[in-house]
Amino acid sequence: MLRIEKTKEETTDILHLIGEVDASNSVLLDQSIQEVVQQGTSFLLIDGKELGYISSAGLGVFMSYLDDFSERGIRFAIFGLNDQVGEVFKILGLDRLISIVPDKSTAIASQHES
Amino acid sequence: MNHKLNLSCSTAALAELRGFLQQNLAFYRLSEGDKHQVTLAVEEVCANLIIHSHDCNPKEEIHLEVKALDKKIIVEITDKGDAFNLLEYEVPDLSQVIGEKRKGGIGILLVKKIMDEIEFESKNGKNICRLIKNYPSTGNP
Repeated sequence: MLRIEKTKEETTDILHLIGEVDASNSVLLDQSIQEVVQQGTSFLLIDGKELGYISSAGLGVFMSYLDDFSERGIRFAIFGLNDQVGEVFKILGLDRLISIVPDKSTAIASQHES
Repeated sequence: MNHKLNLSCSTAALAELRGFLQQNLAFYRLSEGDKHQVTLAVEEVCANLIIHSHDCNPKEEIHLEVKALDKKIIVEITDKGDAFNLLEYEVPDLSQVIGEKRKGGIGILLVKKIMDEIEFESKNGKNICRLIKNYPSTGNP
């Protein structure tokens, strides 16, 4: 099961992923990101605190947008991943391509850097 | 304890697969992180078979069996039909995946990074893929 809640804090769009992302529902994640990108955003944050599991289907969705994000000048970060899910990103080296931070305040603070 | 599962070839069945693996891996001396990763690797292979070899036809099935042998856990995945030999599958590198905006191709890369050994055999229309994880050596977490 996957539920995605969308919120906005000032100029930051946040997608809160609740449950598990696999090949049966990764299309929902894709649609949600697509919507945010089309509506226009400068900063997209993924709240992963309640993400219990993600398979390559979900990781692939994030990866497919990385070029888009940089072309459109959208900053992107993921926060709150539990150890096991965070490790899955590391196995593929995605932690070097995606900003993965412990919590929301770190993510928002890092937005103002550089 | 039932160490076997017949999985319907539908992506909706993947949650059932994770439940089965969680139950069956619970008693082995693997860290929670390793259990999570083995579950992921098995799911990647099954999702691949469901989508690419069986066109998500829920009437077709994949057979799974979890076995412990010596200091190894073996998950045996058997299906009938077109063989997908992941040993011969050339995994893409990440920049390729990103550049082509393809939303696949990294599942098998995960499997190869997670599992210690992978065996594949195909005969008489039956394909068997064995994913093998070694127990961590004693003393190490």
